Amino acid sequence: MRTVKAEEITDKVRTLCLDAATKLGDDVKCALEGALKTEESPLGKDVLSQIVENYKIAEAGDQPMCQDTGLAIFFVELGSDVYIEGGTVEDAVNEGVRRGYEDGYLRKSVCDPITRKNTGDNTPAIIHLSTVPGDKVKIMIAAKGGGSENMSGIAMLKPAQGIPGLKDFVLKTIRESGGNPCPPIVVGIGIGGDFEKSAILSKKALFRPVGSVSEDAELAALEAELLEEVNALGVGPMGFGGTTTAIGVHIEKHPCHIASFPVAVNIQCHADRHKEVTF
Amino acid sequence: MTDTIRLTPPLSDEDTAGLKAGDRVLISGVLYTARDSAHKRLIELLDSGKELPFDIKGQLIYYVGPTPPKPGQVIGSAGPTTSGRMDIFAPRLFDLGLKGTIGKGQRSPEVIDSLEKNNAVYLAAVGGAAALIAKSIKKAEVIAYEDLGPEAIRRLEVEDFPAIVVNDAHGGDLFKAGVEKYRKKAS
Repeated sequence: MRTVKAEEITDKVRTLCLDAATKLGDDVKCALEGALKTEESPLGKDVLSQIVENYKIAEAGDQPMCQDTGLAIFFVELGSDVYIEGGTVEDAVNEGVRRGYEDGYLRKSVCDPITRKNTGDNTPAIIHLSTVPGDKVKIMIAAKGGGSENMSGIAMLKPAQGIPGLKDFVLKTIRESGGNPCPPIVVGIGIGGDFEKSAILSKKALFRPVGSVSEDAELAALEAELLEEVNALGVGPMGFGGTTTAIGVHIEKHPCHIASFPVAVNIQCHADRHKEVTF
Repeated sequence: MTDTIRLTPPLSDEDTAGLKAGDRVLISGVLYTARDSAHKRLIELLDSGKELPFDIKGQLIYYVGPTPPKPGQVIGSAGPTTSGRMDIFAPRLFDLGLKGTIGKGQRSPEVIDSLEKNNAVYLAAVGGAAALIAKSIKKAEVIAYEDLGPEAIRRLEVEDFPAIVVNDAHGGDLFKAGVEKYRKKAS
């Protein structure tokens, strides 16, 4: 049994929040710079060059790349041989978010859903906790903006609708969102499980590096087909028209009920802020 | 590609009538910020027959909720938020002389009709380019609803604030035209 202090989790989470807001990952930078070379629309190119310039300014100036510094979403994998001393994982993560968002001058964007009163410290975070073999702790964060999250969707399709039905739903969701989610987007798709499992899978899919390919050959092929079909929609950077609507389509799946075919689409903006740490 | 047009609010009917969907503009002068909660309060003021906290005639409203400024900064990062959430409020403000709004994403048919009726425009800034856009903001002052934090109404002074005309006052729509041009098949 290895002991990890709750305070250590808080420190790591604080740093993850600060880094996510100001430093875009190399995977996303590489995809955006690649899109700048291939985009056919002059206005689309102009938008992409502003996006690239923006993340350079943000990183150099230690400033948030987007004013929507997001809802903090975590997947935490806790080794089964780890004992957390001094509090729960959830409390430790929330304290890290509180400190990171305050210390980094990040926007507090969390409110009561009914009264709309701001909680004032960007908590509570959304935390998905699971146990894994071993004595390590892995913490993954996405600082997820509201504009792209609002364009996400879920459908309880009929099994007979199959892959064509799935594609129709994904493409309709993206076409109708237009410029709202700040394209170029990353598309996370969760297939199967039940109602909420498909949604969680679609979120988890967004934590994969942009440009990565599913280890499942069938899903990898579907990812490639959908990426081409999404980009054929013509939505383009910021919805102004163009050949780059998405820089990635990531799919995860899980067995489901024989009567069901749940499909969830989680949309991520180009400010795709995800970081992780293992300790 | 069109040349960049310079705009300095307050805008006249002539200024907005000359803009076409797809035009690039650089705005200098004053912008007012407002998003969801501030709009709700503005409409409540109008419903109760009271005056708005600023004269909106000829002005532009920027849909933004900035990050807090660090010590020494005028404003934090300040990119546009999704405009569609303000669709239910916007026509009422255009009727009172507002000349345009700046945000991201598409507007409702009601807003687009209101733009034509009132000779007003909808502009987009690049969503997510918040650190870049903040460089064009030279002064920021909260003028109403300080309790709303990032959603308070601010009076900004800007220099060469970059935007693109999405919906002009003549029915032109950059989203429709742009997507139509680059769409590869019916879907």
